[in-house]
Amino acid sequence: MLRGLGGNAAAHAELLGVLAGYLRGFLARKMGRGAADLEDLVQESLLAIHLKRDTYDTSQPFTAWAFAIARYKLIDWYRRNKVRRTESIDEASELFAGEDTDEAAVKHDLGKLVSSLPDKQRALLEDVKIAGLSNAEAGLKAGMSEGAVKVSIHRSLQTLMRRARGED
Amino acid sequence: MKTEDLIALLAHDATPVRRPALPVRLGLVALAGAVAAFVILIPWLGIRPDLAVAVTGSTYWMKTLYTLGVGVAGFALAERLSRPGAKGRIGWTLAGLFVIAILTIAVSQLMSTSPDQIRAVFMGSSWDKCPWRILVLSLPGLVVILWAMRRFAPTRPALAGAAAGLLAGGVGATVYGLHCQEVAAPFVALWYSLGMVLTAAVGAVAGSRLLRW
Repeated sequence: MLRGLGGNAAAHAELLGVLAGYLRGFLARKMGRGAADLEDLVQESLLAIHLKRDTYDTSQPFTAWAFAIARYKLIDWYRRNKVRRTESIDEASELFAGEDTDEAAVKHDLGKLVSSLPDKQRALLEDVKIAGLSNAEAGLKAGMSEGAVKVSIHRSLQTLMRRARGED
Repeated sequence: MKTEDLIALLAHDATPVRRPALPVRLGLVALAGAVAAFVILIPWLGIRPDLAVAVTGSTYWMKTLYTLGVGVAGFALAERLSRPGAKGRIGWTLAGLFVIAILTIAVSQLMSTSPDQIRAVFMGSSWDKCPWRILVLSLPGLVVILWAMRRFAPTRPALAGAAAGLLAGGVGATVYGLHCQEVAAPFVALWYSLGMVLTAAVGAVAGSRLLRW
């Protein structure tokens, strides 16, 4: 974790990979194995852990911090889903309730959310994610500095986290 | 998106955490709140004319230490509650200690007050203005503190908002002490506390909406 905090990309990825396994186990116990939203919530937690990593106090246990974030995301997920269900009951229509569920699945899939980003940000994300370019290479292609690529990716991730919760 | 892909993507954003540490940022916004309160206080109410004399006496410092202490407790709470999984025990203990201290002084003053004076000791000459003025002076600080805390990760938004309010209220009340000429501890224990609690309540309501992430 400390190496990841220091900006070591490989260490950061390794840590998140190990963490993903733990989070999946933890969330599966809470949500029920095979819950449709399980992997979405694993991803939302990883994204939050990544974006909020400067709130980790290095004198405290790392796992307690990471799991507290996953728990928060889980509670938030319960709350949102309850709200959505209440709304559809208020609408008093079984038909719309079915539609809501589909819409929710789309809403929470990060991959689909990526396509809602502005073109330039989306292109950069796809270059580094799918084409596997480095930040510098992606920058060369887009005519941006490596630093600007990093800023753009960071902003995209923040937008994704907000939209996964249904903000904006 | 597959989870491995997301992790690979996040690794591209693995910049070193280099913004100033969380307590430093919280301290800076609290300081900004103090400056804002001071800038409002000067044209609005002004500083008590006898401040130079007052700072040599103990009543001024009784008030200031109490309100500063509540601010410090609010700071400790807000700092802890901004981090997932952290407990706010130090902050609660500090807040409790300062409240007990002011209550002790207030009670001991009341014991030596004649019964017909008790009302005057409690009400002073500005009881109806004091809590509201503290609230007004604290609001700019509350806004910037909440704004800073949005970037942190409070897992209990309402409680974290209340802590932000306690910090802002402590700062605002301390600045108000530069104007206020009340001297009695019972007055401070009642009306100053009420002003800070009001700010904490506003913070709790705002926090439950603004501090979600």
